[in-house]
Amino acid sequence: MLQKERHVLVVFPHPDDESFGIAGTIAEYIEMGVPVTYACLTLGEMGRNLGNPPFANRETLPQIRKQELLDACDAMGLTDLRMMGLRDKTIEFEDPEKLVKMMTDLIEELTPSLVISFHPTLAVHPDHNATGVAVIEAMSRMPEANRPVLYMKAFDNDTLNQLGEPHVVHQTPNVADKKIAALRAHASQTVWMLPDMEKRWAANDKDALDWLYNEAFYIHKFN
Amino acid sequence: METVDVTHLQELLDSFANKDVYIHLETTNGSYASHFQEGFFNAGAFIRNVIIRYELGKVAGESPHRIGLKLPSGWIYAQGITHYTLDEHNRLLMAGLGPDGKLAVALEISETPFAY
Repeated sequence: MLQKERHVLVVFPHPDDESFGIAGTIAEYIEMGVPVTYACLTLGEMGRNLGNPPFANRETLPQIRKQELLDACDAMGLTDLRMMGLRDKTIEFEDPEKLVKMMTDLIEELTPSLVISFHPTLAVHPDHNATGVAVIEAMSRMPEANRPVLYMKAFDNDTLNQLGEPHVVHQTPNVADKKIAALRAHASQTVWMLPDMEKRWAANDKDALDWLYNEAFYIHKFN
Repeated sequence: METVDVTHLQELLDSFANKDVYIHLETTNGSYASHFQEGFFNAGAFIRNVIIRYELGKVAGESPHRIGLKLPSGWIYAQGITHYTLDEHNRLLMAGLGPDGKLAVALEISETPFAY
């Protein structure tokens, strides 16, 4: 059972980050009646999967991924999607103050009780880490009394070594169908891995089911 | 995009010569390369919407092809090009796609700016 929240703000840089990482959490909150806003910073313009023979090219991919994102949000029941207009693979090179302001504006508008984003150093993709850095910086500038809780996703190979066991694990088997539907919606990103995953789920493969049912988070400690 | 037809692609490259054109050039192993394969040396480069003018453009080699653009005082080239198209905005889009369908290199030429 997830803890009841007033409002949850999710901040990730790429269409599909939300589905791979926390689709169960999003769907579960929405079923509980908790409003969820997803700020997706880019349209994944630099995605590499174009197919061979190709189904897209560098210039058509963003519109395809935008539609996939809209479909994934439908699958999770999420209605407040914000597309923030940055470009894939450039987040770490943006003006840091521009990013902090973007996060601050979202938090001030929505006054979430919980923010979910990436860990600032253990989230593998430079855009992921840079997103986490901006979220933490924006939240660290807030008065402590107004500051939401921050859950971070971390999946660097060294995560367990550096951070230990996750602080929070959401078990969301009841919304697994919605998570699968969200992953399917991101076909350009998942068409290569889903058939294998589906076989493993059908065969009750423990690791594959853990991945589907459990979503782990670390809670950020502000100084 | 279709697999490269050398004669047709050469004609298209010729058609953009001696004009101010916007370039997109990209090479990539993907941001997860050293996550999935420890010790992988991940390198790539990306430029977009830089205006250049080339006097000679050439397709070379068997597929995957090499594309070279000779500038008045410099060069641009891309290696590994397998696919190309002239899209509905008259932009010449070229890409190198691996057998797994992943883009490894892209070179694009347009008389109008590419979207942000």
